[in-house]
Amino acid sequence: MRNDVHTTTSNSPRSGTASQDRSRYSDAALTPPVDVVEDANGITLYADLPGVSRDKLTLQVESDTLTIEAESDLTVPDGLTSHHTEVGLARFRRVFTLSKELDTEKVSAELAQGVLKLCIPKAEHAQPRRIEVQIA
Amino acid sequence: MYRSLFPRDVFAEMDRLQRDVQQAFDLSPSIRGFARNGFPALNVGGTSKTIEIYAFAAGVDPATLEVNLERGLLTIAGERKSPLPDAQAKVAVHINERFEGRFRRVLTLPDDADPEAVDAKLRDGVLHITVQRRASAQPRRITIQ
Repeated sequence: MRNDVHTTTSNSPRSGTASQDRSRYSDAALTPPVDVVEDANGITLYADLPGVSRDKLTLQVESDTLTIEAESDLTVPDGLTSHHTEVGLARFRRVFTLSKELDTEKVSAELAQGVLKLCIPKAEHAQPRRIEVQIA
Repeated sequence: MYRSLFPRDVFAEMDRLQRDVQQAFDLSPSIRGFARNGFPALNVGGTSKTIEIYAFAAGVDPATLEVNLERGLLTIAGERKSPLPDAQAKVAVHINERFEGRFRRVLTLPDDADPEAVDAKLRDGVLHITVQRRASAQPRRITIQ
């Protein structure tokens, strides 16, 4: 993984072969860090997607799979040579398997300052029910 | 708040391994360490007229963000608040990978950086800092007598 970051510098400020690299590593993507929290109403996911604007973000729910795909659009000045690169790719992708009590019809998403907030509520019939513990 | 896993434990172990490997290869670090895996991640580049720094600081409150250039050292500091609820809330934390808290990253700029001509922009969570190089240090063609 580390090696990937070093060799695939398609987004990073650099000149010359960036476009060649982009096609060669077109499938490569960074895994954005996320926080996932769950309360009685549903699941909330936060993902770091720095440099991603709303139109470059794709969220897809297909049966029980949630796919987050995004592209950051950094415009760099002409003739830039890169000295130090920690973010070497312009794409983000992460896939999650959802569980069936989540209502995928009612997913809401917000993107602010490069952070995606995704709320997936639980379906009506799956709202919490307290189960009595019998004492034998 | 309940945690369904103990976060970062495996990764801490992997970090340790990575440090061992780096030491084995004897990449001599700068006095401020290897400066990778920090927050915010930095890309640094330059043109003949400017030095360009990109800090990937998603979700940082712009009011807390501080950029300083002093004696050739560029400091980027700020704070990112955790979106996680407080410890009393009845919430389960399943994944916790995002950075939280205060941060400070320091980098040395080349000698020709002009501390009077620094420009910083924050957009979509990327802080872009442009430092002009001093005119006297820009390439000049020398005519041969």
